[in-house]
Amino acid sequence: MASRTIKSLLVLCLSLFTMAFSGNVFANEKVVQTEQSNPAAAHEPAAHEAEAFNVTETILDHIKDDHSWHLWGHTSLPLPVILYTPKGFEFFSSAKFMNEHHEEIMYKGNFDYKIIEGKIKIVDATEAVDVEASKGLWDFSITKNVASLFVSVFILLTVLLTAAGAYKKTGITTAPKGVQSFMEPIVLFVRDEVAIPNIGKKKFAKYMPFLLTIFFLVLVNNFLGLVPFFPGGANVSGNIAFTMTLAVCVFVVVNLSANKNYWEHIFWMPGMHWSMKLFLAPIELIGVFTKPISLMIRLFANITAGHILVLSLICLIFIFKTVYASAIAVPFAVFIGMIELLVAFLQAYIFTMLSAMYIGMATEEHHHEAHEHEGHKNVAHH
Amino acid sequence: MVVGSVAAIGAGLAAIGAGLGIGMIGKGAVEGIARQPEAANEIRSNMIVAAAFVEAVALFAVVVALLGNG
Repeated sequence: MASRTIKSLLVLCLSLFTMAFSGNVFANEKVVQTEQSNPAAAHEPAAHEAEAFNVTETILDHIKDDHSWHLWGHTSLPLPVILYTPKGFEFFSSAKFMNEHHEEIMYKGNFDYKIIEGKIKIVDATEAVDVEASKGLWDFSITKNVASLFVSVFILLTVLLTAAGAYKKTGITTAPKGVQSFMEPIVLFVRDEVAIPNIGKKKFAKYMPFLLTIFFLVLVNNFLGLVPFFPGGANVSGNIAFTMTLAVCVFVVVNLSANKNYWEHIFWMPGMHWSMKLFLAPIELIGVFTKPISLMIRLFANITAGHILVLSLICLIFIFKTVYASAIAVPFAVFIGMIELLVAFLQAYIFTMLSAMYIGMATEEHHHEAHEHEGHKNVAHH
Repeated sequence: MVVGSVAAIGAGLAAIGAGLGIGMIGKGAVEGIARQPEAANEIRSNMIVAAAFVEAVALFAVVVALLGNG
């Protein structure tokens, strides 16, 4: 019964959605007609509209890193700017880049700085970018993403240290309490579903701290990215530099813990003709690098695409220029938001699982007899 | 008049691929659950993970399309 109600609701939503599009088509035709009848008068507002709202620009502006943290309206939290130039370090607030009319202005420090397309550049007297001087500029600022990372680190430390303290106090023999009982199933999930099946019972303990760190860091940043207002809202795990750092950590751990057997399978694949071995070696070597690269792109693309999806649904209101569009856009955005909650967890899980799988592949001990035996068993099973 | 970019066609093609992929995963999962209802939970979680992998490939294409567009 309940599923039937949901179904009819879904049908209603979809038909409303399609109706909205058909309405838009008619509206466009009208505009075209007026344009034909009076080209001079119709042309001017069209140009004005294009300037007023650009969907791609708005969305990209929301998902990229920034030097200030937008709160509401014209209010934003200025963040510290740390610059290194040939004349030494410089610290100042990013509020210096805005005047009282919220226009971007130049800041005069050791050089003249200005934010051009989100990046701090050295400019000359006419406010044009000085390309030569900008090459010597190193930006170590606490940007929105870095500040958000501090927030997530604070959350993680509070929650996890509380849970860890409880274990220290009562030991592992009593039933968990409070935060502890919330964290224990998640830690056990990572151990029993991720680490043990992929790395094996003997070696998993050594890698648990690494896997748990990755899992909780990605999870908390994914969730914080979904919070639309102040402490969240930064697109940290949808930033390719962040995912690249994680992937490099995985790359280092995998290759440092790799055993002889792993390298043998890369450079001199056993059980093959020598010509095939020569052919496979470069392919396997590329595989060593593509694994962390795919980790990096998967997390980045999933989270960024999720943010873009929610933002473009909200942008529908501004595209149709009517508040009634929100009747469709907002429920859909909530629906996508629910899916994003699932994706946030799923991506943390998949990142951890693949890391564990790569570690498992690198530390696996191959006994050729056992391998053959397994093969026979599989045949029998089929 | 048709207005748009080649990137949009690319994104559409990626959507077709991902749709086929997720459809096949769903088909496999439903068939599996119909044959073995007691394994439903395990099949469902594996299905979601597999679907996430397929979706990720489509999202690569979306990101490339977006970069090509911008």
